[in-house]
Amino acid sequence: MARSIKKGPYVDAKLEKKVLAMSEGTVKKGVIKTWSRRSTITPDFVGATFAVHNGNKFIPVYVTEFMVGHKLGEFAPTRNFKSHAGGK
Amino acid sequence: MARIAGIDLPKNKRGEIGLTYIYGIGKSTAQNILAQAGIDVNKKVKDWNDEEQTAIRNIITGEFKVEGQLRSETQMNIKRLLDIACYRGLRHRKGLPLRGQRTKTNSRTRKGKRRTVAGKKKAPKK
Repeated sequence: MARSIKKGPYVDAKLEKKVLAMSEGTVKKGVIKTWSRRSTITPDFVGATFAVHNGNKFIPVYVTEFMVGHKLGEFAPTRNFKSHAGGK
Repeated sequence: MARIAGIDLPKNKRGEIGLTYIYGIGKSTAQNILAQAGIDVNKKVKDWNDEEQTAIRNIITGEFKVEGQLRSETQMNIKRLLDIACYRGLRHRKGLPLRGQRTKTNSRTRKGKRRTVAGKKKAPKK
């Protein structure tokens, strides 16, 4: 963890612009569709809803304040494990 | 008998070892505490006098989170991960390793005792 903390949070510039525009009210509020799973959630994101791509479809993620510091991708699992066959 | 942070310390151990019986204090923390209190690390727990005991107690309550408090903090952190349903939270829920380790083999600490699945010994022939 240490090294990435030193480097500071990374947010895709495009995504940040969209979020800020929405909080200022220049764009009407709605779901932000994004592929940017690598973006860190900053305090500005709280209250917004994202549709985060998981490689197949978009997973809706409502951002709460506890999620700050995590990445968007952490909330849209890419693997879908049902269960093993058999086992009755 | 030295009773610190709600734990009875073993009488016949050296101070630096005795303190590690408290949850949240390892060897190096124990050494720090004793150095700060000005007590020789080799001094047995039973040989501490009341003054030394209070000194240790004060340092621990003042600077460290131990026992119940520490346990509840850890639980809170895990609960936070569970509640926000992030990847690490999901892994906690499933009882699998959180940090990207392989799970094809090993990771028995998280997964617990092996649960053998019947008829899985050989790959089924077609």
